[in-house]
Amino acid sequence: MIDLYLLALLLIPLFGGGMLAVFGSRPWAAELNSVMSFCTFAASVMLTLQVVASGPQVVFGEQFFIDQFNVFLVALTAFVAFTTSLFSRPYMRIEQHHGKLSTAMLHLYYSMYQLFTFTMLLGLTSNNLGIIWVAMEAATLTTVLLVSLYRTPASLEAAWKYFILCGVGIALALFGTILMYFAAERVLGEGGTALLWTHLNAVKGELEPTVLKLAFIFLLVGYGTKIGLVPLHSWLPDAHAEGPTPVSAVLSGLLLNVALNAVMRSKVLVDGSLGTHFAGDLMMGFGLLSLLVAALSLYRQKDIKRMFAYSSIEHMGLITFAFGMGGPVATFAGMLHMTVHSLTKSAIFFAVGHAVQKVGTQQMEHIRGLLQVSPTVGWGLALGTFAILGMPPFGVFASEFLIVTTAMHEYPWTTPILLISLGIAFAAIFGKVQPMVFGESTAKPLPHPPALIPVFLHLLLVLVLGLYMPPYLADWYRQAAALMG
Amino acid sequence: MPISYTLQFVNLLAALLLLVVFAMLTQRRILSMINLFAWQGFLLTLSTAIVAYSTNQHHLYYSAGLTLVLKVLLLPWLLHRLMRKLNVRWDVETLINIPTTMLVGIALVIFAFNLAAPISQLAEGITRGLIGIALAGVLLSLLMMLTRRKAVTQVVAFLALENSLFFAATSATHGMPLVVEFGIALDVLVASFIFGIFFFQIRETFDSLDISNMERLKDD
Repeated sequence: MIDLYLLALLLIPLFGGGMLAVFGSRPWAAELNSVMSFCTFAASVMLTLQVVASGPQVVFGEQFFIDQFNVFLVALTAFVAFTTSLFSRPYMRIEQHHGKLSTAMLHLYYSMYQLFTFTMLLGLTSNNLGIIWVAMEAATLTTVLLVSLYRTPASLEAAWKYFILCGVGIALALFGTILMYFAAERVLGEGGTALLWTHLNAVKGELEPTVLKLAFIFLLVGYGTKIGLVPLHSWLPDAHAEGPTPVSAVLSGLLLNVALNAVMRSKVLVDGSLGTHFAGDLMMGFGLLSLLVAALSLYRQKDIKRMFAYSSIEHMGLITFAFGMGGPVATFAGMLHMTVHSLTKSAIFFAVGHAVQKVGTQQMEHIRGLLQVSPTVGWGLALGTFAILGMPPFGVFASEFLIVTTAMHEYPWTTPILLISLGIAFAAIFGKVQPMVFGESTAKPLPHPPALIPVFLHLLLVLVLGLYMPPYLADWYRQAAALMG
Repeated sequence: MPISYTLQFVNLLAALLLLVVFAMLTQRRILSMINLFAWQGFLLTLSTAIVAYSTNQHHLYYSAGLTLVLKVLLLPWLLHRLMRKLNVRWDVETLINIPTTMLVGIALVIFAFNLAAPISQLAEGITRGLIGIALAGVLLSLLMMLTRRKAVTQVVAFLALENSLFFAATSATHGMPLVVEFGIALDVLVASFIFGIFFFQIRETFDSLDISNMERLKDD
């Protein structure tokens, strides 16, 4: 059964991409996009139920590998991709109504949206380190034309930067993969199996430590560019701010996670080979630096999407730090934080998207009094901001609390950096969002009703995760954390 | 001993590859840079074929063929065509400080050899020393991307980077599994088409292919 579900999971978005490449300019393309994303989500749910019940599995001549860790990302990716497709239906229509997008651009958007989902799911489920690399590069290629969709000078510049910097980053990751293969070949022999993660994992103790050390540095720097780790992050705020908002939501909420999954897979191998905390230390360092630099940059932001893009860097830094600490509790907290961050950040981008459409600018000083004109968009943004800032009772509070307490226990010297960064981020974002939500308004009504169900659905899930974690979920995450060490 | 001949030949090709990267680093004319890129692809094809012959790895013949088609014929042809369409065939790029760039390049080569030294010790036979050259090629291509101010030359530098990585894969590990190599080739091909689309979009928006027009996005 499991191979059937996996096949469906990968083929539906691929087929959807093909269908939308043909029918993308029809009036019902948005609905078709949502239906395809829903089918992908349904397949991911079935796959998840199977894997959580029966444990890690290899499928299709060992080319695919699914365990509790990556299936959690598969489910999250498929879910957010589905809700984003719901959001993008009215959003893109309003953009078209405003004359910012033509039918041809929408055509490109819909077909690339499905292909992008496909590349992310391929990158998550593949057992082959080489194919993971190919999927990561393909994910850049499918989104780069979406970032420049508006064809403005700023969006072209952002897309070019995204293309070149991520291209260079990912090239370094390829060198890391080659080095990994070089080490593996000496143990596993030549041929197809030496790049399969499950085979590497079985012999990780015998892999040459000096080679793996160098390989991990290249892999971390390479995939770290995609995660948006400082100092390799400079493409991220531009790409997230200049692209259409649904693209910002999936880039921020999903693509960063997929890159982090690739780093985690490499970390397991390097830890096994070195027997030291080398990989974890590197990740902790990059994580702390990203957290601090992103928090300090938040103050200077004037563009609302840029600000939330920096907030994504901050949270990815925190997650990388948590995974770097390692151990069951920190890894569990990291996974929980990945979940709530993806849900909250995409909800915020949905609300921000509609707010920007109402006001007609992304400059925060011109966005005022959202509650007055549109209470739902205003509350969506306000609650989303509360959630992302780690206010109880939202789930982000629970995961941040777990990360900080574990850090206090294991690495006490990091506590001040963590707390100061989180405090600065809180003050910066809260101070900027508050006047946008309250106060006198300048906003105009929209030509189509906005999509607010995804916003509140995501926030409700984050709230539930903060108040009560179902035992099924807790059990699943604990098993996954144990697998990742 | 045929093995030692082939080893020497691969080493010679590796040295030539490094030389080509240096030539690209200092080449002012865009057209010549594209031709150098084609030469690099040709050297790569030769070295892959020789490694395939000497180690009896049949799948390497396929990747040699793939390199020949993609990097010696298709991509240079595509770039030439684009140059004609964009009417920038005879454009010259002002490079600042070629001697300094060369010196930095030499420092990078030394750094690469040092970094690769512990790994080269592990490699046997044909591969010893080649990882250092491949890594040097990667770093030099990165330097090339930094020093270039035109969209087209940045892309050629990017493709040269990919070539060096490919050389690392064939020389150090006798090639990645074929499915991975096909995937990488597909990515490069798609990337080149997107680059092409970008050239036109950039040209349409900024009236030139100079990327110094594209440094406006800042945090303020």
